[in-house]
Amino acid sequence: MKNIYLDNNATTQIDQHVLAAMTPYLKEFYGNASSMHHFGGQLRHRIDQSLHYYGRRAQQALEASRAQAAKLIGAQPDEIIFTSGGTESDNTAIHGVLASRPDKKHIITSRVEHPAVRAVCRLLQTRGYRLTELPVDALGQLDLKQLEEAITEDTALVTIMYANNETGVVFPVDQIARIVHAKDCLFHCDAVQAVGKLPIDLQQTEIDLLSISGHKLHGPKGIGVLYVRRGTPLTPFMVGGHQESGRRAGTENVAGIVAIGQACELAQTYMAEENSRVRRLRDKLETGLLKHCLDARVNGDTAHRLPNTTNISFEFVEGEAILLLMDSLGIAASSGSACTSGSLEPSHVLRAMGVPFTAVHGSIRFSLSRYTTEEEVDFVIREMPPIIQRLREISMFSAGKNSAPQAPYERKPQLDPIR
Amino acid sequence: MWDYTEKVKEHFFNPRNVGIIENPDGVGEVGSLACGDALKLMFKLDAAGRITNVKFQTFGCGSAIASSSALTEMIKGKTLEEAEKITNQDIADFLGGLPEQKMHCSVMGREALEAAIENYRTGGTVRHSLEGKVICTCFGVTENEIRRVTRENNLKTVEEVTNYCKAGGGCRGCHPDIENIIRQVQQEHARQQQKDLPPVKPARPQKPLTNIEKIQLVQKTLDQQVRPALQADGGDLELIDVEGNRVIIAFRGMCAKCQVSEFTLAEVVQARLREFVSEDLIVEEKK
Repeated sequence: MKNIYLDNNATTQIDQHVLAAMTPYLKEFYGNASSMHHFGGQLRHRIDQSLHYYGRRAQQALEASRAQAAKLIGAQPDEIIFTSGGTESDNTAIHGVLASRPDKKHIITSRVEHPAVRAVCRLLQTRGYRLTELPVDALGQLDLKQLEEAITEDTALVTIMYANNETGVVFPVDQIARIVHAKDCLFHCDAVQAVGKLPIDLQQTEIDLLSISGHKLHGPKGIGVLYVRRGTPLTPFMVGGHQESGRRAGTENVAGIVAIGQACELAQTYMAEENSRVRRLRDKLETGLLKHCLDARVNGDTAHRLPNTTNISFEFVEGEAILLLMDSLGIAASSGSACTSGSLEPSHVLRAMGVPFTAVHGSIRFSLSRYTTEEEVDFVIREMPPIIQRLREISMFSAGKNSAPQAPYERKPQLDPIR
Repeated sequence: MWDYTEKVKEHFFNPRNVGIIENPDGVGEVGSLACGDALKLMFKLDAAGRITNVKFQTFGCGSAIASSSALTEMIKGKTLEEAEKITNQDIADFLGGLPEQKMHCSVMGREALEAAIENYRTGGTVRHSLEGKVICTCFGVTENEIRRVTRENNLKTVEEVTNYCKAGGGCRGCHPDIENIIRQVQQEHARQQQKDLPPVKPARPQKPLTNIEKIQLVQKTLDQQVRPALQADGGDLELIDVEGNRVIIAFRGMCAKCQVSEFTLAEVVQARLREFVSEDLIVEEKK
């Protein structure tokens, strides 16, 4: 059976060069970067291998990776903190900023954030913070005027994602950063989905904190980066040893750090391909599916979108059933339907956009990568229409049938109130 | 991905009896697009009153389609009286079990069957009856539905109720109401259990007990009269101490998180100990 992986917004295949780069640090270079002896030193400066093969390697490795990660986003190496992943980066940014500004009790975010931000904000809401979750329009875009009006003197932090994991919709973060700074506030941006897919230059924007995840850019799981602009107040979230200049305690995940550095460098190399070949394949897939499956629609702002993502709703069928049939053909993707989430609630992103329920439950996210081939896309375009057709034959709902869906009683899940 | 049994997958990939019946004798429709799954069940009876033909249409996930398919296979050839004895657990068992969070699919199957039978018996006038107050407004689940799944499946937590009928899975605003229903149902259940206990003659000793005798008798009474019933429900209790007429116990297993443990404490544990050991005993729970 084929194995067609179109779920790259969930996680990605590790690049062989990344694996090769990190492996020695799981084997012979197992020193602790904080140790004074040569084993630990092995890890500190990867560059200087010939001079001190048995010396200073751990710390060298860390600094080299820091430089690689910084380069990808136009930052300085000392603005990079290594964390255990996107979720820790988000937690560190939000908790860290709030702790450093204890007099301010207001947070602003959007309704479509990843749980790593959304759940943190909602937790803080139960601990005495005021929370504003900005709504999005039908295309999934924010109203920047609303953002501007929401910021008050009490606002400690604005945290808004760079690009949405479900729809791929890209927010105008440069503008957001300017608005936030004009009001003398701080801006954290969860860029987990954007890094490696869109060119980012933090010297050209005013973003204060930015989260990156290793496994979303062909690195391993368990490693991430938090960019913290010089001069940004941040109270440490993880407390313990003096690692990461005292900003993130815990023995460095040296192999993971080497890997994310390598992954960042490779992401730079493949950036052009992401925005040309991958984008073209995505567009081909999208056009093909819309053409061959009736009652299908794209969710999100197609003019401002990640090059690898398309979120398509196949109306009147349910997402998990679609995924199961796709899986039987070896195609992997994901869905915003309630049944796939483990809860009963369908995608909060699509609901925030006001996507009708007929469409939310049948939404499928296809996310491509540089490993996606043209044959794979052709295969999916060929195999999807029969899958959808088959499920529609089982379903009693359809746009064509005269008997409009007669729900025996109204079951209308409520939208989140603005807070 | 969900951990479905081979039988669930088999019924999902090859569903039986999909389609519609023209002029069915009974038709039942439950669920809706909004809540993510819906099932329409139609059947035709033969002269002897047996279900000869049955078809379904389902909008929903893998286990919803599999449950619907399984249901049609289960009721084919049965009389309505036989068919209406089928519970949601029977549907789940037929499929070799369903993931806990997917039990509502089997409940939906049973509801559709019930609605279809009712539709037949009322001569096609009733399409679906759902008396009672709506408790969960997010998913439109009534008090009667919640009460029934709780009773029939012996549910003890709000989470379980959500898994079985979706109630409480949205805004959570109805959680206190659901807890109330669970408490009431469990109290009925406990009362029933008490009735079911083997009748025993009061064996209370006539002469005063020494301390060690009292403790031993308390332990024996708990072991023989109380714990078996609790264990049957996945719970248990432990005797911690006896101080004068105060008996201190601790709940274990399901009892520890049970909503009605206070009731069990007073109405079951204390009542039994007073009956068998001494009238003046006071039972307390060690928190």
